[in-house]
Amino acid sequence: MDRLDSLESQSVFILREAFAKIEKLAMLWSFGKDSNVLVWLAKKAFFGRVPFPVVNVDTGNKMPEVYAFRDRYTKEWGLDLIVGPCPPLEATDPTLPPAARAGARKTLGLKAVLETHKFDGLIAGIRRDEEGTRAKERVFSPRGQSGDWNFKDQPPEFWDQFNTDLRPGAHIRVHPLLHWTEIDIWRYVQREGIPVSELYFAKNGKRFRSLGDKDITFPIDSDADTLEAIIAELEVTRVSERAGRAMDHSAEDAFERLRADGYL
Amino acid sequence: MSSIAAQRLDTAEATRTARELARIVVVGHVDHGKSTLVGRLFHDTGSLPEGKFEALKATSEKRGMPFEWAFLMDALQAERDQGITIDTAQIWFKTKKRDYVIIDAPGHKEFLKNMISGAASADAALLLIDAAEGVREQSRRHGYLLHLLGVRQIAVLVNKMDLIGNDQAKFDEIVATYRDYLASIGVTASHFVPIAARNGDNLVTRSSVMPWYQGPTVVEALDDFQPFAPSATHSLRLPIQDVYKFDERRILVGRIEAGRLAVGDTLLFSPSNKTARVRTIETWSAPALSEAEAGRAVGFTLDEQIFVERGEIASHETDAPVETDVFRARLFWLGRQPLEVGREVKLKLGTLDVPVWVQSIEAVIDTGDLSRRAVARIERNDVAEVVIRTKRLVALDSFAHNPQTGRFVIVDDYDIAGGGIISMEGYPDQRHSVTRKATNLVHAEYEIDRAARARRNGHHGAVLWFTGLSGAGKSTLANELEKRLFARGFQVYVLDGDNVRNGLNADLGFSPEDRAENIRRVSEVAALFASAGVVCITAFISPYRADRERARGAAGADFHEFYIKADLETCEKRDPKGLYAKARAGQIPQFTGISAPYEAPEAPELVIDTSEHDIEACVDRLVGYVIDKLAAVKAGG
Repeated sequence: MDRLDSLESQSVFILREAFAKIEKLAMLWSFGKDSNVLVWLAKKAFFGRVPFPVVNVDTGNKMPEVYAFRDRYTKEWGLDLIVGPCPPLEATDPTLPPAARAGARKTLGLKAVLETHKFDGLIAGIRRDEEGTRAKERVFSPRGQSGDWNFKDQPPEFWDQFNTDLRPGAHIRVHPLLHWTEIDIWRYVQREGIPVSELYFAKNGKRFRSLGDKDITFPIDSDADTLEAIIAELEVTRVSERAGRAMDHSAEDAFERLRADGYL
Repeated sequence: MSSIAAQRLDTAEATRTARELARIVVVGHVDHGKSTLVGRLFHDTGSLPEGKFEALKATSEKRGMPFEWAFLMDALQAERDQGITIDTAQIWFKTKKRDYVIIDAPGHKEFLKNMISGAASADAALLLIDAAEGVREQSRRHGYLLHLLGVRQIAVLVNKMDLIGNDQAKFDEIVATYRDYLASIGVTASHFVPIAARNGDNLVTRSSVMPWYQGPTVVEALDDFQPFAPSATHSLRLPIQDVYKFDERRILVGRIEAGRLAVGDTLLFSPSNKTARVRTIETWSAPALSEAEAGRAVGFTLDEQIFVERGEIASHETDAPVETDVFRARLFWLGRQPLEVGREVKLKLGTLDVPVWVQSIEAVIDTGDLSRRAVARIERNDVAEVVIRTKRLVALDSFAHNPQTGRFVIVDDYDIAGGGIISMEGYPDQRHSVTRKATNLVHAEYEIDRAARARRNGHHGAVLWFTGLSGAGKSTLANELEKRLFARGFQVYVLDGDNVRNGLNADLGFSPEDRAENIRRVSEVAALFASAGVVCITAFISPYRADRERARGAAGADFHEFYIKADLETCEKRDPKGLYAKARAGQIPQFTGISAPYEAPEAPELVIDTSEHDIEACVDRLVGYVIDKLAAVKAGG
């Protein structure tokens, strides 16, 4: 087995554990590359189907290409899509920097979806290499009733044995892509032929490396207009993946505060 | 455009095949320089994101603190405030040979659970020792835990060499001390490297300040590690995760933990002991597989519809896992509350969940000097040797035989609270005892029923099962009881151990499995005696609870368990056959009470304490019990 085979098997194992142990399970789908890989891995794990709903917390602020992608692949992949609306910006913590408040909107939208559908487990496509606080995540990460995450006191997790026992009122975040890197994702997209949004490919010297809300996500300078070129670019880049995400950088601890409160 | 195009050519090869990845954990005593090492290594290998170094320097200045390499790892504000690494952070960097993910595990004692979470998934470890402080408590403890967690490749880095003037003699001294410790737990370090992480000495490039050192740099030591590959050479172990019936196929899924699986293989499922052949290995959006090896998550169909569920282990028929409800374990405990004998907790092994409890705590081990002490309960961060009892029969392996299915975690109060590795030393594989090979059996109905026999004999048939240590007085009491009952007109017979072994059990030796089989046959014979109306007395040590439970199962309501109790000291003093002396001298391996376990009954019908009462009193009590429970009205009497 090569590196991609190992990563795939590990993720499939995690997805099957989640499906076996968590009663009301859903998967978050943001239409981005990681999220599409996640759907693909679920289809691998469950032999062509995704046997639980996929959830999108919709800010209403995505780029039009992203919504078009959503509509096409919801149908093509046979997904049971739940769209959860976000509250207005005014509902968020006013002490957060402006760009981070957009992220906080999504957290509130997510809490509302959890509340409505009473999910016990949410599968999310975060990766350890994306960002410092995500590096500290567990594969199965128990959350309190309000979705908050106490990164200072997480239960241990080892030997691929996961914390699947739910405290009353708690839910579990499941992270099957935690051990993948950005370049692994692209290599896998290439190997498997997984559809991704056209926004990732360079046009006029710019491309999106990460797809967030349209007013707070910016393209990077790049000529990478094919999968091969994107992989080649990532082999040598020293710019971080979320550099184009304004909300991460508005204050030293903005992202950490978002995550402790339940942001992905 | 041109630079990227050029890169595209350079990396065309790398694009097609993803590079090899090795996971490395960095451990060691608190403040011995782990985060500094990782930060500096990251920088010196050119792996830092653009502007990160400058940004961190600016942050330090803003805070009025000198720049520290450790800041790089401290992505969380809380860490900087406390000055300790809270959790396992992971970063990536590459050398010419392969990609690395570095897991920075905290050395602070209260964060042991995070160190374990990080280290358990590592292929290899870098263990740091502060040259000025030398080998400390956590240096030893982490070395011990790495071994326990199954991390087999370790390089030791002696850090802060600048603080001891890059002195070779002092370095050699630390190396000798730590090498001795590792040797005592059966570990050999691949390299000992003198470094000064803060200055980058011997990390990526060889340092000029330690010309006496000729060994590898840290990066060379890393590249020297062998990557971890799941073992395809061990026997097949495939714990079943689930059974899917999404369409007409019935697909069993699981990850191959060891060995290989091929279409056409006959699989044995344990502990249900069912067998079936692999018809297909199923895939989606990939070519069909005819075989698969360790590490792969598979789905497969069988040629027969047998009932198999999550938690069972599929193997081949030869070298199948052990089936048992008791085993020894070396356990590390991370729970908020201590672990006491008898308290029910949940064990997870492979895909199995089962209620268990600690039957006995043999010792808690001091990981510093490896001394052992007796304790009443296992506290947080203790390493202990225990005997664990499972609520039902489970399939597992000893860690030494098949590591992936020879280790487990314990869940307490919703969270994983400990883990351990299994040893079956002194305990039998119960597979044979629970497997019935003959099929199509019909239970014969007797025309002369039990009541008729009781009327003829004036008493009911029974099995009086004596259990206890060698020298507790089982045989003496059994023979006295037989005489007294015989005199009273009982149909009574003592089933003697040596006599049974001369004939019926002549094919059996003294391994745990053979002992279990010996007891199984005795149980069945005794049960037949009882149904023939005889009071059958057996006097075997019969140390395992599981065996006695099966004996009870064979005889049903006719079974009476008598615990012939005497403490080990008393038995050893009596030593009627001189066996204890021989066992102490090491001439009898696996001697119950000395080098093999004795599991006292939990709810025997009678406890006869022979260290407190004389023979006469004990026999009186036994006779009283028999008359009370077994006497029946004799026909015509």
